[in-house]
Order: sequence, then C-alpha cells, then structure tokens
Amino acid sequence: MREFFRDAWLIARKDLAIEFRTRSAFFSAVVFSLLAIVIFYFAWDATAVAAIDLAPGVLWVIFTFSGLLGMHRSFGVEQPDRAIDGLLASPAARESIFLGKAIASLVFVLAIQAIAIPAVGLFYNLPLGDVAAPLAGIAFLAAIGLVAVGTLFSAMAVNTRLAELLLPMLALPFFVPIVIPAAQATAKLMSGRPVGDAVAWLKLLIAFDLVFIVACTLAYPFTLEE
Amino acid sequence: MQSGGGAVVATENLTRNFGPRRAVDDVTVAVGAGEALAIFGPNGAGKTTLLRMLGGILRPSSGRARIGDVYMPGGSEVRRRIGIVSHHSLLYDALTPRENVEFAARLYGVSNAREKAERALSAMQILDRADTPVRSLSRGMKQRVSVARATVHDPELVLADEPFTGLDVIGSKALSALLTDLKARGAALVLVTHNVDEGLSLATHAAIMNRGRLVRTEPRSEIDSAGFARQYEELVASNA
Repeated sequence: MREFFRDAWLIARKDLAIEFRTRSAFFSAVVFSLLAIVIFYFAWDATAVAAIDLAPGVLWVIFTFSGLLGMHRSFGVEQPDRAIDGLLASPAARESIFLGKAIASLVFVLAIQAIAIPAVGLFYNLPLGDVAAPLAGIAFLAAIGLVAVGTLFSAMAVNTRLAELLLPMLALPFFVPIVIPAAQATAKLMSGRPVGDAVAWLKLLIAFDLVFIVACTLAYPFTLEE
Repeated sequence: MQSGGGAVVATENLTRNFGPRRAVDDVTVAVGAGEALAIFGPNGAGKTTLLRMLGGILRPSSGRARIGDVYMPGGSEVRRRIGIVSHHSLLYDALTPRENVEFAARLYGVSNAREKAERALSAMQILDRADTPVRSLSRGMKQRVSVARATVHDPELVLADEPFTGLDVIGSKALSALLTDLKARGAALVLVTHNVDEGLSLATHAAIMNRGRLVRTEPRSEIDSAGFARQYEELVASNA
C-alpha cells in the first residue's frame, strides 16, 4: 500500500514539474478564466439580474471549462514519445497511475479556482470574505469529482485523433451531477444564507464524488487496453 | 535456448489480433538467463507487438507469456524485472535526462535512485547533457537516455526494440557494451532490429519473423552470417 501511494505521488510530482516547466495549460486556463469573467461581466445587465444570481453560474462555467484544459493535458504529456508505455511497463499499479494523474489535475484545478474565485468577487463586487472558507470547501469537493471524471476520459480520449473535441463531449455530461449541487450550494452561500441551508446539496455533491471516484478508479485500467 | 521452466521469458502460442489482422501468430519461444534472442523481420512483421506483449503493455488475444514462473501481465514484481527500450524514447521532453532516469529509478523502487541514474547516464556516455531538457537533445542522444532509463534498475530481462536507431558510433558501442555486460550478469535479452550485423553480434540465438510468425529460429553458433543476412534481405524484398 505504501508503494501504491509513493508511485501515485511520484507521478503527480512529475506531472506538476512538467506543467511548472512549460506552464502552457495553466496559463491558457488562467487567460480563459479571466476572459470569460470579463465577457460575462460586459454581457451582464445589472438591472435585470442581480450579481449574486449570476456569479455562481459564471464561476462554475469557468471551473468546468478551464478544468478541462488541465485534464486534457493530464494524459497529453504522455503522448509525444509514448511515455505512457514507460508508465504501463513500470511496476506502478494502474490505479496508482490514475491517482497520480488525478492528484496533479486536482492541484491544477484548485490553482485555477484560487485565481477565479477572487476575480469573480472583484468583478461582481461580491463580499466573499465571510463565505470564503465554505466556498473553498465546495470548490474543493467539486474539484475532486470533476478531476475523477476528467482523468478517466482524458485517458480514453488521448489516443484518438480528436482528443481535444472528444474529452469535453465525453466528460461534460458526467460533470453535470457535480456542477448542479456545487452551483446550488455556491448560490446559497453567496446570497448570505447559512451553511446549514446548503447541506443537502453538499451531501449530494459528496455522494457523487464517492460514486465517481470508485467508478472511475475501477474503469480506468480498461481505458489502457488496446 | 531455454525450453524448460528455467527460462527468464517464455511464450506459449502467443497470438495477438488487431481487428481482423493477426499481428502475432502462434509464437512459442523461450530465452534463458545470459541469452540474447535477436529477432529480425520486415516492417509490420509483428516484432514490436511481440515485445509489447512480453513487456505487459499489451494483452495477447490468445496464448500466454511468462516471466520466470509468473504469467503476464503479472504484477508489480514481474514488471520490476523488465527493462524496455522502445523505438519511441518513452521520455518526457520537458524534463532533463537526469530527471527522466531518476523518475524511472524511483518508480522501479531503486534505492539510491539519484546515484543509480547518474551511473546509468554515465554508462551511455550522456552524463554531460544530463541537465539539458530532453526536447533539446538530438535523436541519438534521446536514444542514449532512453537506454539509461530502461536499464537503471538492472533488469533481468531487457526488451529492446530497434535500440541502435539514431545512435552514432560512440553511442552504439556504449549500448553494445551495456547489453553485453547485462547479459554477462545473467540478464536475458530480446532484441528486435533490422541491422543484422549488430543483432548477430549480441545474439546467442537469432530468429526471423514474418507475418506474425517466427519462420526461422537458430542458435547463433549454427548461423552463417552472410547466408542469414541474404535470407533476411530476400524476405524484406519479397514483402516490399
């Protein structure tokens, strides 16, 4: 078991080192997030829709699509020189490779969230200070589910010619059960309701997290078969 | 070649289909400790597919392969005993050779990974470029790093697919010396190559593969190099 987690950490650290070195996906995701916030801001009619009604939707659209950039990168880095064959031939368990990839993607998504949440608060003039901790908790829980699904489909899509297109098509339907409770819980918090009012949505979010973690971990080894 | 239970790697009627196409067809072969099997064959003969099955990357459609007494795909302990040199480098372009080889060493549970990585890079005479990103290395230099990556854990079985590709004279000599050393220390070697001279110089046994089948397998001592090379060239020409 120790080796399982050691290998997962090695793979995650390697992926993060590559992303840190190239910064290609991260900068793309940050630029996309900021552009999306700006576009939503200028398309927004403040007299028709209140900021607290719009902001949760904006946040989760950004998290979903910017996260996809990182998840596509997850197995994309293994492709150019078939480094994935090196991983598959190594003693690392298939599930350990999945966990390592998921950890690296989770760090990626959390980093995007850390930039996007304050940016949305700033643009929409939302006082997020009071709800920062529970909001971060929701974002973290949702990121786990998104990353589990995204990592699985990244592994499936990466060997196809239209990987960039296929990944969103495969993953987005499975993101819905994560995004709905996360957006609903976010809306409740942003509108000043107590955390207790969001508990039902949080339970649903945790339930889907668990389902996706188990299902994706079990399904992952089959995505590697040719 | 080893035929009994003592073989480091053995296959029994190993077959692999890709859709209707049979890439590897009923291959039975065994290689013992300290032996080297060189497999020659035209493009598309199934050599790479055979190596990928032996390495546990690809599952056979039927038949089976075993490493020692464990049938593939086996588990971590079996894969730990194998080193793979592919015609792809299996390297990460954004990392340096040192980082790539050290990463592999740690994955294989090598103690003193840093030191072993340095030693492996030194054996392939690429230590002076150890801290240059792989993406800026030439094809031959990448191949040297790839060999260092595959052998950093002192594998019992080396599966080498076109390992001499892109190597200059120095690199080829370093690779030959490394593989000879591994063989002398009891490792088994399965080598796929188009270069008859290089293949035969390392081999204790040689085979020709065509359309997924091993059509000729003989001990090196019984092979006339010129005749063997001629047969191989005729085979390649007939497949062109």
